[in-house]
Amino acid sequence: MTQETMNGAEIVLKALQDQGVEVIFGYPGGAVLPLYDEIFKQNRLRHILVRHEQAALHAAEGYARSTGKVGVVLVTSGPGATNAVTGLLDAMCDSVPIVCLTGQVPTHLIGNDAFQEADTTGITRPCTKHNYLVKDVESLSRVVHEAFYVARTGRPGPVVIDLPKDVLVTRAPYVGSADAAHKSYRPRVKGDASAIEAALTLIAGAKRPIFYTGGGVINSGVKACKLLTQFVHTTGYPCTQTLMGLGGFPGSDPQSLGMVGMHGTYESNMAMHGCDVMICIGARFDDRVTGRLNAFAPHAKKIHIDIDPSSINKNVAVDIAVVGDVGNVLEDMIAGWKARSLRPDAAALKSWWTQIERWRARDCLRFAATDKIIKPQYAIKRLYELTKGRDTYITTEVGQHQMWAAQFFKFEEPFRWMTSGGLGTMGYGLPSAMGVQLAHPDALVIDIAGEASIQMNIQEMSTIAQYRLPVKIFILNNQYMGMVRQWQELLHGGRYSESYCAALPDFVKLAEAYGAVGLKADKPSELDDVINEMIAVDRPVIVDCRVDQAENCFPMIPSGAAHNEMLLGPEDEAEKPISEDGMVLV
Amino acid sequence: MQNNDIRRHTIAILVDNEAGVLARVIGLFSGRGYNIESLTVAEVDPREQLSRITIVTSGTMMIIEQIKAQLSRLVPVHKVSDLTLDGPSVSRELALVKVAATGEKRVESLRIADIFRARAVDSTNESFVFEIVGATDKLDAFIRLMEPLGLVDVSRTGVVAIARGPKSL
Ligand SMILES: Cc1ncc(C[n+]2csc(CCOP(=O)(O)OP(=O)(O)O)c2C)c(N)n1
Ligand SMILES: [Mg+2]
Repeated sequence: MTQETMNGAEIVLKALQDQGVEVIFGYPGGAVLPLYDEIFKQNRLRHILVRHEQAALHAAEGYARSTGKVGVVLVTSGPGATNAVTGLLDAMCDSVPIVCLTGQVPTHLIGNDAFQEADTTGITRPCTKHNYLVKDVESLSRVVHEAFYVARTGRPGPVVIDLPKDVLVTRAPYVGSADAAHKSYRPRVKGDASAIEAALTLIAGAKRPIFYTGGGVINSGVKACKLLTQFVHTTGYPCTQTLMGLGGFPGSDPQSLGMVGMHGTYESNMAMHGCDVMICIGARFDDRVTGRLNAFAPHAKKIHIDIDPSSINKNVAVDIAVVGDVGNVLEDMIAGWKARSLRPDAAALKSWWTQIERWRARDCLRFAATDKIIKPQYAIKRLYELTKGRDTYITTEVGQHQMWAAQFFKFEEPFRWMTSGGLGTMGYGLPSAMGVQLAHPDALVIDIAGEASIQMNIQEMSTIAQYRLPVKIFILNNQYMGMVRQWQELLHGGRYSESYCAALPDFVKLAEAYGAVGLKADKPSELDDVINEMIAVDRPVIVDCRVDQAENCFPMIPSGAAHNEMLLGPEDEAEKPISEDGMVLV
Repeated sequence: MQNNDIRRHTIAILVDNEAGVLARVIGLFSGRGYNIESLTVAEVDPREQLSRITIVTSGTMMIIEQIKAQLSRLVPVHKVSDLTLDGPSVSRELALVKVAATGEKRVESLRIADIFRARAVDSTNESFVFEIVGATDKLDAFIRLMEPLGLVDVSRTGVVAIARGPKSL
């Protein structure tokens, strides 16, 4: 009996379909032509042709982070693969599930410095959760299915499958997706019962508790976010979110203290500093959150819930670790809390909230609005208010605008906020917004951008035009790499070395050149009309919002400082000079 | 966890014997700035295609725990065991030590080899190659004693180790 066979390219497409893939972001080249040929012959999978491979990765990230599905990318060998590297590492740092297919020279040429050969598995090994070089077509279907499994389970991440061209044209039988347990890769989902018990005892006995929640809550899914909200409400404790965790707990809930960390709110950071029990859920004690480690939450017992055991005790030693999926662990915690009829210490909690309200009353995000010049904070605030209640998704580039967006937008739901947190990749926002818009065709998708960052992947305006994606690009144009300028002001004596954005394009004309709508706001009085028009237009829009060039982003914990050494505004700068130690940090 | 002493640990790792697996392990150590004092690897289960890697590394307890967690996270890694912590174990290393000497020094080298239970596996009129097996510090001591006698070359395997008792990794 002869088994039915397919060629490698057909096997890949079949496996993608069986994995439920609907969209692939890619760019063709010699090594992947057999795959493009198969794409041509079918119409179940939609291929989105980007204009640079880095953008394919970010688009897939936007798609993945706004849907919870795996994002899929296809690039050619050599330069196609190397162009993808930044996006792979971005996905790695932010735990985004991606499967990236890369072309490779035929197996007999590997190692010969062939045309467009790159050691792709070698280059991408430290920027992926896992990678494969498929040398034998017999293993191809298994590898593709396994790649999806690895990308999406445990702590999600990018997986590369390197595909030599001869493998794509050789025939083998197709093997369907097997759910059999992997031989070695088995992420732990359920938390240890005794650790959960101990954590609950500590939580219930807390006098000054805080929930410190991160992107892991969102990665765990909508249900985990609901359970978190339920547990936070049950306890009555305050809850702060990391940059990646925004939307995991409703931003306008009275128990939300807003964002924690370098540009987090005063109340969040002070509460982190002063707490006696810290409940870290799906966050990783990143240096942008902790500030100076030896001054981090000095009086706190720490509980850490995370699916990745290597995140535990990495930067900060914790008292109780629960390894498991956030949703699963929270479910057990809520059940345990009820079963043991635990109750918070009401008197202690009351005085803790009184203290927190005092910190809140400092109104750390206040800024001096004028009617002459648009303050960037004012622009974001209006953008938030005028889009509130709509089906809105926000992506960002990297810089001051990103932090202002994080501070002034309140996300009530997960999957609505896409930003490059771990890697801080300028150029992330525009392609990411494309991916979001493809997944949610009728939603309002806005890339909050800086005039410097937007130029790093501006070529994607052409992709946006081709697929008629009504993405909105809202540029806070301060004519500076504002975040760089801010550090130069605070740390380098105001010597603004190479941070001025000279020779900027006319963004309105640029929009028009790409068939989009260009709008400009110069004065506060024009802002609302421009934003409303941007929303109303059913086409891609670039808004050139001219803002105050000198504005700095506050609050700020300078590198190397502790949470309670935060700068609240310009008046603080002179009083609290930044330490020598802090200067060497990033 | 507050212990900041730097200690040496022997870690055994069972991995799929597939292309790139050693590069993953080594890349993890170099990328994250961990130490490798010695590393050995060979296939130990041809049927299941499993290899065993033995790494001797050093660090604070927090770093050692990180190393183990990071290793466990690699997809082709089946098992990670800290032989220094997880009960008693035996560890051995093999060295080939070449000594070129004549006269009294040649005789002395043989005498020391005998004390250390090292075997001559090659000999010429002016040289010996000794094979010595034992713990790392025994090998170190032997090599040190051979130095003034005409040591010309050393090749060591690095440490292999296994837990005592009936249990498998
Ligand atoms: C690819 C990349 N290169 C360099 C940096 C360093 N960097 C961080 S913010 C920033 C300036 C961003 O300027 P802009 O996009 O105008 O945003 P603003 O801070 O002015 O809001 C730079 C250069 C980075 N994050 N990413
Ligand atoms: Mg700028």
